[in-house]
Amino acid sequence: MFDYETLKLIWWLLVGVLLVGFAIMDGHDMGVGTLLPFVGRGDTERRVVINTVGPHWDGNQVWFITGGGAIFAAWPLVYATAFSGFYWAMMAVLWALFFRPVGFDYRSKIQDPRWRSTWDWGLFIGGAVPPLIFGVAFGNLLQGVPFGFDDYLVSTYTGSFWQLLNPFALLAGVVSSAMLTMHGGMYLAHRTEGVIQRRATAGASAAALVMVLAFIGAGVWLRYGGIEGFVITSVIDPNGLADPMAKTVARSADGWWLNYAKAPLLWLLPALGIAGALLAALLVRARQTLSAFVASSLAIVGVIGTAGAAMFPFVMPSSSMPNASLTVWDAVSSHLTLGLMFWATLIFMPLIVVYTSWAYRVMRGKVTVAQIQANDHTAY
Amino acid sequence: MISEQLVDLSRLQFAATAMYHFLFVPLTIGMVWLLVIMESVYVMTGNVIWKDMTRFWGKLFGINFALGVTTGITLEFQFGTNWAYYSHYVGDIFGAPLAIEGLMAFFLESTFIGLFFFGWDRLSKTQHLMVTTLMAVGTNLSALWILIANGWMQNPVGAEFSYQTMRMEMTDFWAVMFNPDAQAKFVHTVSAGYVTGAMFVLSISSWYLLKGRNIEFAKRSFRVAAAFGLASVLSVIVLGDESGYTVGEAQQTKMAALEAMWETEPAPAGLKLIAGINEAEQKNDWEVEVPWVMGLIGTRSISKEIPGIREIKEKNRERIINGIVAVVALETLRQHREDPVAKQVFERHKADLGFGLLLRKYTTDVRQATPEMIQKAVDSTVPRVTPMFWAFRVMVGLGFAMLLLFTLAFWSTLKTNCAQKPWLLKAALWMLPAPWLACELGWFVAEYGRQPWTIYGVLPTHLSVSTLSVGNLYGSLAGFIGFYTVLLVVEIYLMQKFARQGPGSLGTGRYSHEPVHHHTPAQA
Repeated sequence: MFDYETLKLIWWLLVGVLLVGFAIMDGHDMGVGTLLPFVGRGDTERRVVINTVGPHWDGNQVWFITGGGAIFAAWPLVYATAFSGFYWAMMAVLWALFFRPVGFDYRSKIQDPRWRSTWDWGLFIGGAVPPLIFGVAFGNLLQGVPFGFDDYLVSTYTGSFWQLLNPFALLAGVVSSAMLTMHGGMYLAHRTEGVIQRRATAGASAAALVMVLAFIGAGVWLRYGGIEGFVITSVIDPNGLADPMAKTVARSADGWWLNYAKAPLLWLLPALGIAGALLAALLVRARQTLSAFVASSLAIVGVIGTAGAAMFPFVMPSSSMPNASLTVWDAVSSHLTLGLMFWATLIFMPLIVVYTSWAYRVMRGKVTVAQIQANDHTAY
Repeated sequence: MISEQLVDLSRLQFAATAMYHFLFVPLTIGMVWLLVIMESVYVMTGNVIWKDMTRFWGKLFGINFALGVTTGITLEFQFGTNWAYYSHYVGDIFGAPLAIEGLMAFFLESTFIGLFFFGWDRLSKTQHLMVTTLMAVGTNLSALWILIANGWMQNPVGAEFSYQTMRMEMTDFWAVMFNPDAQAKFVHTVSAGYVTGAMFVLSISSWYLLKGRNIEFAKRSFRVAAAFGLASVLSVIVLGDESGYTVGEAQQTKMAALEAMWETEPAPAGLKLIAGINEAEQKNDWEVEVPWVMGLIGTRSISKEIPGIREIKEKNRERIINGIVAVVALETLRQHREDPVAKQVFERHKADLGFGLLLRKYTTDVRQATPEMIQKAVDSTVPRVTPMFWAFRVMVGLGFAMLLLFTLAFWSTLKTNCAQKPWLLKAALWMLPAPWLACELGWFVAEYGRQPWTIYGVLPTHLSVSTLSVGNLYGSLAGFIGFYTVLLVVEIYLMQKFARQGPGSLGTGRYSHEPVHHHTPAQA
């Protein structure tokens, strides 16, 4: 149906869609988890906060799981190299996520205040740690990651865990953390009232501001701070077989800016990131909470899109063996698998959007203190 | 070369986290249908006791489900973190069912489980039943896709190796999807889950009946569980994945090992009930055998021979020697992609490439393989017999014990005297761990039995790991053990707390052991 080149491009977009979907859906309940200990004082208030995402966190988390599965299926070499290279970072994400299912489901099942506050912090860890680490990972991708292949295409990561935590990567981590905290705050402001809503509004607008400053800061650092991008220096056949060792790659100070020079319209992406966040902060303060949530979703599209557009066609560049860098042309599955997975996504994604929307519609409206007290045994 | 310690620790971590995950999965798969049945009766009759049953068993279901979700993510991550070469080598095929599982099944079950718990007051009766049913469908579809992936590891159909990309690539998705091995596995595994769900409800209901609490509630639950359990246990046994043992060599090797069949026996082979296994001399010192039965089960015929271990090993020796040629040609092709001679040689021998790769456990240059190395590789192609033989027998024994229990339980419900037979209720209570034990043993037989391969005949286990340090593995293994121990303690505590409290925990005012109302305005 489609040629190999088109499918490779489609899959770059689809992975982007899944990543944005994850950030908008799972991102808002992670943001709620991050804000939980601060916007909810006392057990009942915290239960209000938790119950805004209670019926939805599990479905939202599937964006993450499916994103992982889609990368496995469409970019197996990226999945293999990144997950094993970032070993301890992935373990940290995984272990932080452990706190969520049990935190949500088990917290309300025992009355003891110490039990409940333990799980509050568990939900905080489960909400705050993954976005931070994903941001740090993006920060490292932009700088290149030390890995290489042997003749059998066995990948070896030659760096350490600690070098992933370099200053630029940590700044990228701040962007990502602040972005999802903002987004969670907007959602919370929409689904709560009174004092919780006021605190969520304050938290969300502060996070929006931090996000904008850190995002601009990271951009300036990337341009003027001596971080070199990557460029492919050999002729590449986009329809060719997926062989990551068949090309040559060089580092270049302009590397990450070439796409923006070639297609100036791409500047709309960072603009959307900044404007979306600022607009969301203004809207939430004006109690236009639903619009604020939409604006912060657009900000997410802008921020993730900015990084993706800068790196294209690179997905995971190698700092120690640049020719081994993984790109959308050569780290992908076979033509057949990409096509098959494209059709599977095309069929199921709209269905998922439909029934997820229905679930949110059924559960719509504010979660209130009175509701929690009336449903003591069934609410989270 | 990859250190054996790294391979062993990676296997240990995967085995431990997978078996731990499977403590929760079968209960989810089975119990979800019991919820559908109970709620359907509620919708049809309007009798509120059936709604309470759905909600109470649903509460226990939720406690179990939470850990299923928690531990499931570990498995998806682990292919990438710890089995990176595997992920690269077969991701083109193996990744697809995993991704489809997410799209088709996980979204469905996870979205609707939220509405199952929170939607009682917001949905009509029929809508809520539809939600529960979709959750059940999602749960079972997820089992289908994961078993398609696992079935492909046992019987890798519909794919071919490419030396340019240095991996297996899919050639026929339908072959992967309708892999007979996967289909047999699916039926067997979900039925085992149904048995687990039924046993759970049957045991706890029996406990209420023994205590004389909430009799009407417990009797109804007992009945549903007994009928559902009987049907399921019959399905596990009759449609057991024995039928899959004729498919492909991996399963033949497993069958020879789990039957301790050292020699090819004239058809139809007998079934050994017990045997004294002598691994060193590759024979059984003694055995108790029922004639004919194995041949019938294994081949569904009386004339087909089942190959014994020695015969399998001798065939594999030829393949290993052939495989050396394939590996050498592949290494030439990796250096000179267009070398016509190497291409020709490789095409001729590539079916045995995986067997040649087995030698890379002993030497990085397979040309240098000594006869001792080849012998070691040959011996490694059949798993150790003793654990296979006994694990299989205990699993089957438990299966028949459960068949007996469910038959008696079902019989007693027909006579409507199920509350009056304390010995039966006690037996049901004490049999609670049986399905879990059987499930774990079943997976042990399936996965240990596939060694030394991750993908049978294609990719040896020792090549599949990520290039990590042994220290990394000790660290992560310690982390998993720590987290999983705490989580298990918490889960079992909550499960027994609510099981003991019973339907009173719903706070409806209709049952014994109602909770005291705690929420006070002062807390707000």
